[in-house]
Amino acid sequence: MEIPKIFLGYKRENGRAGTRNHVIILPVDDISNACAEAVANNIKGTIALPHSYGRLQFGADLELHFRTMIGTGKNPNVAAVIVIGIEPKWTKRIVDAIAKTGKPVEGFSIEGVGDIDTIAKVSKKAQEFSMWASEKQREECPISDLWISVKCGESDTTSGLASNPTVGNLMDKLEPLGVHLCFGETSELTGAENVCAKRGKTPEAQKKFMKTWSDYNDFILKEATNDLSESQPTAGNIAGGLTTIEEKAFGNFQKIGSRQFIDVLEPAEEPTKGKGLYFMDTSSAAAECVTLQAAGGFNIHLFPTGQGNIIGNPIEPVIKLTANPLTAKTMSEHIDVDVSKILSREMNLDQAGDELIKSTIKVANGRLTCAEALGHKEFVMTKLYRSA
Amino acid sequence: MANTDVIIHDEKDNVGVVVIEKVTPNQDCNCWIMENDKSAKIQSKNEIPLGHKIAMIDLKEGDTILKYGHDIGKVVKRINKGEHVHVHNVKTKKW
Repeated sequence: MEIPKIFLGYKRENGRAGTRNHVIILPVDDISNACAEAVANNIKGTIALPHSYGRLQFGADLELHFRTMIGTGKNPNVAAVIVIGIEPKWTKRIVDAIAKTGKPVEGFSIEGVGDIDTIAKVSKKAQEFSMWASEKQREECPISDLWISVKCGESDTTSGLASNPTVGNLMDKLEPLGVHLCFGETSELTGAENVCAKRGKTPEAQKKFMKTWSDYNDFILKEATNDLSESQPTAGNIAGGLTTIEEKAFGNFQKIGSRQFIDVLEPAEEPTKGKGLYFMDTSSAAAECVTLQAAGGFNIHLFPTGQGNIIGNPIEPVIKLTANPLTAKTMSEHIDVDVSKILSREMNLDQAGDELIKSTIKVANGRLTCAEALGHKEFVMTKLYRSA
Repeated sequence: MANTDVIIHDEKDNVGVVVIEKVTPNQDCNCWIMENDKSAKIQSKNEIPLGHKIAMIDLKEGDTILKYGHDIGKVVKRINKGEHVHVHNVKTKKW
């Protein structure tokens, strides 16, 4: 198949391109959720991103909170942003950082005003942003404007056999065209960590990966009451035939095909070393991982599942594929691409990779994913440790 | 081409994955080795559902399970050729 060289995206002020055109109402903290949701309810064409944190965090955990907030606002799938916080200082820090992209952004704080007047004021600005964004048209963008993140979930052995290798096949075909790619899931590489480290393009990348993985493993050994046998693999993984974390890890690892990674990113960190594959240090919990990758600037997501994970994200469209014929049948409303014919050998990996590329371009051009149509918009902050 | 009942990732692997809804006891299964596109046969001893593993050889306690050509855990209870391989007879070496 000849791979399409363009897709229809929204060109942004900073040169990036979006696959979506969202106007987001971003609460800085948990107590500003009500206000943000009221505004999004008032003004059509906007979406609120409520979450559970943002108060009394400190150190690296607070920095990660800011990085996630700012990165979400900066993501090219977002046309304009309204930030609402209880206090002006943290609100301003987020607004100023997002403003560097050149997109419209405005901040509001609730203290001394109250919810009702804030909602009225913010709604007027949100209406202006929503109507402004609605004029934006999709234009032809080079395929290298796609920043593709990947993560698998509710995996089973069919993930390692077929759906993850299908993603790997797509990576092998699209990386030479200059796309950015990102995989994560530090915990789920346990057992394959040495093999994964060898995929680092430079000795620095390899070393950085091993340090990231070892830090994570030390944390597990310190915090876990016994081990991760109850969580990794999950009950769903085990029902699907996965026996150990090592088996899960080697299956997971199939998603990067034969690619090498250039660099290791902090959670929610934006890649800066140019096109190619990056590893991001993330949790393996689906919503947390995708939220971090979207905050890193990725504008389309591929999610292979075995037993049927249903996750979506508010700003980054999540395309699901499965090779499990039972899941494809029983959960068809969640599955964008069915590659189960690989198992019956009626389809090979090359064909499956092509199918996934076609679906990716369709979704990049605006076709809704199953998760979008079903209203999945899980926005989940990663918390490093408890708040003060 | 005969229907494939079991797929084996790598020639070195000592387990395969059931890719039909289930295999039944004493079923003669057609296996496909992905790495080199070769075929093999195995007779199942148990009922094994889709996605679960079947032992391609006799395995004793302490043996290493190989899948993708890599170590994915250790045998904790003897497994005969054709038997179901899962959490009841294999454990991680990690935790």
